[in-house]
Amino acid sequence: MNFAVLQFPASNCDQDAVHVLRNVFGHSARLVWHKEAALGEVDAVVVPGGFSYGDYLRTGAIARFSPVMQAVQQFAANGGLVLGICNGFQILCEAGLLPGALIRNRSLQFRCEHIFLKTATSDSPFTNQIPADKLLRVPIAHGEGCYFADEAMLQTLRSENRVLWRYVNAQGEPVETANPNGSLDNIAGICNEKRNVAGLMPHPERASEALLGSEDGRLIFTSLLHALDSGKVAALK
Amino acid sequence: MMKAKIIITPKKAVLDPQGKTVQTALAHMGYTDVGAVHVGKYIEIELNETDREKARTQIDDACHKILSNPVIEDYRFEIE
Repeated sequence: MNFAVLQFPASNCDQDAVHVLRNVFGHSARLVWHKEAALGEVDAVVVPGGFSYGDYLRTGAIARFSPVMQAVQQFAANGGLVLGICNGFQILCEAGLLPGALIRNRSLQFRCEHIFLKTATSDSPFTNQIPADKLLRVPIAHGEGCYFADEAMLQTLRSENRVLWRYVNAQGEPVETANPNGSLDNIAGICNEKRNVAGLMPHPERASEALLGSEDGRLIFTSLLHALDSGKVAALK
Repeated sequence: MMKAKIIITPKKAVLDPQGKTVQTALAHMGYTDVGAVHVGKYIEIELNETDREKARTQIDDACHKILSNPVIEDYRFEIE
């Protein structure tokens, strides 16, 4: 498979994503600079973490208007798979590819730690290989990861099964104390209506090798690859 | 030359931990009459436009598209 990993000024998880896709999974991954207007021949796009454009104005606010994001809009409109991680999630929300917004952590602190995620549905290209009862132990590293959407949108996300992951405790319960940033409904990641665009604040690419303390993040990439392999995705070629 | 003065504030329904923290600090400092605090942003933009209405339309458009995020923020502005 061919992956495009976007690169903005001050992206800092781009190389991690490329490393995991190339060296852990053995697929091709190409860095695409933010000024490029085309993605080339790709099967899926990863919008990586970091602090694109210094988080100026709002996280992701400037990045969404970069030339490469216009190409991503088109790619997503054609059914291509797009995964936004951390700052990538923030960019996808700003771009309107995902609903809601990520705001300042309730604690006002930058939180950098391992958390537990529970997958709310296996019905998505990003979760299809994750066992229902499996908790994912993956790291977070963000100051603005508090998910906000108005009540009507939250209802829609729940009724359409579009909440993909929630922050939970070690027993798998979505309790307040397991919520690292104040996200409504403990939401850590969601997908769009067509289910081909997803975003999450935690970093699966930093939890894909035993050496790093957890391999749970691999399941998200495995799901993505499974979706691409099974040909259910009408990616733009 | 005209100048746009834009004020962006978090929507009332959105959690504003910064405002809450400032409010608590003010109360600790003895400003006992202090109620809710909201922390926002102030942006000044110089414009070469001479038509006030056109300037207004442009700034309104920019506020909506990029300067604020309508999901979480309100904005207001004046043109001088």
